[in-house]
Amino acid sequence: MSQLPPSWQHVGRHELFPEAGHDDTARFDFLANLNGLLAGQLAPKVRTAYEQEVKPAFEKREGRVPATRHEVRKAMATNTAYQNWSALRRSSMEMRQQTGRRLVLGQLDALIDKAERRNAEPGLVLDPNIEQPRYAAAVDIHCMPGGYHGELTDHDVSAGANYDSGIFATTGGMLGRYNDGGGQAIARWLARDYPDFKPKRILDIGCTIGHNIVPLAQHFPDAEVIAVDTAAPVLRYGHARARAMGVENIVFRQANGESLDYPNAHFDLITTSMFWHETSAKALPRIMNEIHRLLAPGGLTVHLEQPQYHEGMDPFEQFMRDWDAYNNNEPFWSVMHSYDLGEMMRAAGFSDAEYFETGIRAWVDAAIFPEAGSGEEDYGRSAQWTAFGAWKEAT
Amino acid sequence: MTDSGIDPVLAAAAKAKGKRPWFFKDPDVERVLNITMALAMELAVTRQRLDVLERLLDQRGVLARQDIEQFTPEADAEQERQQWNRDYIARVLRILIQSAEGESAEAAGVDQAMEAVMDELTRM
Repeated sequence: MSQLPPSWQHVGRHELFPEAGHDDTARFDFLANLNGLLAGQLAPKVRTAYEQEVKPAFEKREGRVPATRHEVRKAMATNTAYQNWSALRRSSMEMRQQTGRRLVLGQLDALIDKAERRNAEPGLVLDPNIEQPRYAAAVDIHCMPGGYHGELTDHDVSAGANYDSGIFATTGGMLGRYNDGGGQAIARWLARDYPDFKPKRILDIGCTIGHNIVPLAQHFPDAEVIAVDTAAPVLRYGHARARAMGVENIVFRQANGESLDYPNAHFDLITTSMFWHETSAKALPRIMNEIHRLLAPGGLTVHLEQPQYHEGMDPFEQFMRDWDAYNNNEPFWSVMHSYDLGEMMRAAGFSDAEYFETGIRAWVDAAIFPEAGSGEEDYGRSAQWTAFGAWKEAT
Repeated sequence: MTDSGIDPVLAAAAKAKGKRPWFFKDPDVERVLNITMALAMELAVTRQRLDVLERLLDQRGVLARQDIEQFTPEADAEQERQQWNRDYIARVLRILIQSAEGESAEAAGVDQAMEAVMDELTRM
């Protein structure tokens, strides 16, 4: 029997977190269990249908097995097990958005008031001249109506509050109470393996609500932390959230990571979390070049991402991981995950000797939550990631 | 409505930008699936609320939850409860009952296409 997801009642609350009643919790609990069934019971049936029906039929027709995830996708499109799994998964994502938005929008005025009070404290720098990059505006990323940047009213924080409220249910609590398992994992990895590393200036790019940079800001309380994003609603919410959690050493700044106005070698640590797959083929190298320019000698850049489609990964496995790209508004996911990460960083100026790549798991409170990454593979939501980056050589 | 003039009900139900994929051959079937899943979620919400009530009543000594499990209705109550079930099922499956009725009415020549009835009444 698979482990039950923790109830949404355990979600980490702070001053900015939307106030929820019984029914909101019940809806998120339903969704977490529905996702559990989809990943644990129905996804394996999709694999069985592929192995027993779709692949043999393809082989009979073509005289070979499917060679790419794209061939698998086309062959699977008419398969009933795949259709059922996909239709329910899409439905679940849409219900999650509606549930979070209804919770948030019903108390939007109060949330804006709370955020405005916190945001009167220093540390939020918005720039209305920042344009949304095409990769953020072409579709609403993972089916959040309005994306990260959409504003329903002045000083809107709804995108951030909705994002914060739903991740716990979508991931079955695998990212921890404050959805910060990625940031916690990096902080713990540094504490264990590099206890002498004490960055003075830290930059986080594509921070959204800052959930993964807050643990690093707490771990390095003397560091000056800059968290940038192009979307104002998540920055307003993120800054107020960090302040409400007692974190005062992060400046949340509306800026585009492709071109930042900090001097060369300004930062000792530069991070991103689950960011690259939401960019584009043009933006990614530009941001990577900025990271190389901004990183001080002896400094570290580290990035958390979903696992790459390494050569030799079963085309069916790639196809399952690709689901979000085609069906959950993650249009750069598929291409990004086929990149050679080392090559990507070499092109930005990092040497082979500097580059590293490793597996990393989200850190969560094991007393309350199921051990991260121990359950069934859930194709894109498991808290088992690739960490890659480079230590820039000291000159 | 909020002070900002937003209708939270409709704004919460907004569609995400980007063409929606449909997985079934007939999108109508998938629309029905989505409505069914929403109902399933709201049923779960109601069931959880009922569970809270039972637990609170139990905690406060109004009744023991075991009383619910072991409840055996008297004859009248049994009739009422079974009648409720029958009524409920007919409400839920109305469309299937009516489809079957429609097929036999058509076979017996009782039901005609509306255009045919219009023509007939125009001539009479």
